[in-house]
Amino acid sequence: MYNFEFTKPTSIADAVAALADEDAQALGGGQTLIPTMKQRLAMPGTLVSLTGIAEMKGVCRDGDSLAIGGATTHATVAAEAGDYPGLAAMAAHIGDPAVRNRGTIGGSLANNDPSACYPCAALASGATIVTNTREIAADDYFQGLFTTALEEGEIIINVKFPIPEKSNYQKFVQPASRFALVGVMVAKYADGVRVAVTGASEEGVFRWTAAEEALSANFSADAIAGLSVDADGMIGDLHGTPEYRAHLIGVMTKRAVAAAA
Amino acid sequence: MTSISMTVNGKPASGEVEGRTLLVQFLREDLRLTGTHVGCDTSQCGACVVHVNGEAVKACTMFAADADGADVRTIEGMANADGSLGTIQQAFQDHHGLQCGFCTPGMVMSAAALLKDNPKPTEAEIREYLEGNICRCTGYHNIIKAIQAASGQLTAVAAE
Ligand SMILES: Cc1cc2nc3c(=O)[nH]c(=O)nc-3n(C[C@H](O)[C@H](O)[C@H](O)COP(=O)(O)OP(=O)(O)OC[C@H]3O[C@@H](n4cnc5c(N)ncnc54)[C@H](O)[C@@H]3O)c2cc1C
Ligand code: FES
Ligand code: FES
Repeated sequence: MYNFEFTKPTSIADAVAALADEDAQALGGGQTLIPTMKQRLAMPGTLVSLTGIAEMKGVCRDGDSLAIGGATTHATVAAEAGDYPGLAAMAAHIGDPAVRNRGTIGGSLANNDPSACYPCAALASGATIVTNTREIAADDYFQGLFTTALEEGEIIINVKFPIPEKSNYQKFVQPASRFALVGVMVAKYADGVRVAVTGASEEGVFRWTAAEEALSANFSADAIAGLSVDADGMIGDLHGTPEYRAHLIGVMTKRAVAAAA
Repeated sequence: MTSISMTVNGKPASGEVEGRTLLVQFLREDLRLTGTHVGCDTSQCGACVVHVNGEAVKACTMFAADADGADVRTIEGMANADGSLGTIQQAFQDHHGLQCGFCTPGMVMSAAALLKDNPKPTEAEIREYLEGNICRCTGYHNIIKAIQAASGQLTAVAAE
């Protein structure tokens, strides 16, 4: 790995100032960035660790929403997001315990890996991504593989998740990486159902709108029995063909609806 | 170079590190605590698991500078004060929870983190907790048994 300067500010203002340098990059838990730097695929001049910023950590109930600090670890969300059980359970199954003790929600959402779990949960929840400069709706935030609406030097301070009546995340684990081969999050709100899919599309996380309509009319696994997803544009690799992934989306969605609580 | 200091196995430790120095490098190369192993260096195998402020982390996927001021525990800190094996270590020996021993430091540190939060885990909970710890030798059964024994659930194991 190339060398760099390491800084660990304790306030958002100091972090934003440090990130103004165009060679600087944010460091969350490092569970994605450190492996990337080892492969020399990233070479920041300065790394600005966000995990020393107390105001960016923790889970807090805010009316009908759950607000989660951008530097909150997956383990903390698993333990403290009990008001939104589908989200807590999703966080509890990311990677393994050591990864969950370091990896953060902000890092996961900033990275937007096409097989990651948090982007799926954020999109299914219609979450709001709060940065140091603005608020971004999940529907506008995810822009394809590893691409988001974040600008250079912009950091995720907080993420607000409206709490659904019922929800569930089903992950078909790719056993080597422990990411999702296909993951589906279903969230039922008073004004309709949202269904997000990760791991499957070449465009990254997406909403399965046909299933959303069917489930909004009738929230039962039977309601989507006749629906299928086109294999066109699905990821094909040694772990599964596009057809296999497309089929799994239906299966995982039905399971999520049946398990929703 | 940055000066860092931390507590390692109850004793103060400090040194000069580069930004890119990994916690596992600092432990092994600077502090000469070579019990923590590097099996993969890609965050997959868990041979490098240590505790940072009481939480299991992969020391190959954390910068040493990020552990500045932290309380770190490694496999060298798991023995009893008189040098005899700690409960989990002894259980690994008694139940043949290791063969080559390469994965064992990480297994023991993960097991200790599990038992701290969940003193009487079920077999399924142990297996799930060890998802990030890979062993190429034992086939895992004896590792699970050792952890059940260390949690005082030996009779349950013996009855199987
Ligand atoms: C073995 C293993 C298994 C895993 N399994 C899964 C899984 O099943 N599901 C899953 O979803 N993920 C999985 N992950 C990824 C894990 O969740 C990562 O923690 C996460 O994707 C990145 O978060 P981080 O905090 O570690 O970010 P980092 O690695 O520190 O950073 C990632 C990127 O985000 C940027 N960044 C970090 N924080 C912020 C912020 N607050 N604002 C703006 N930008 C920021 C960084 O600059 C960098 O570009 C796994 C990782 C490993 C090593
Ligand atoms: S050496 Fe750290 S996970 Fe393998
Ligand atoms: S005992 Fe050899 S790798 Fe586990």
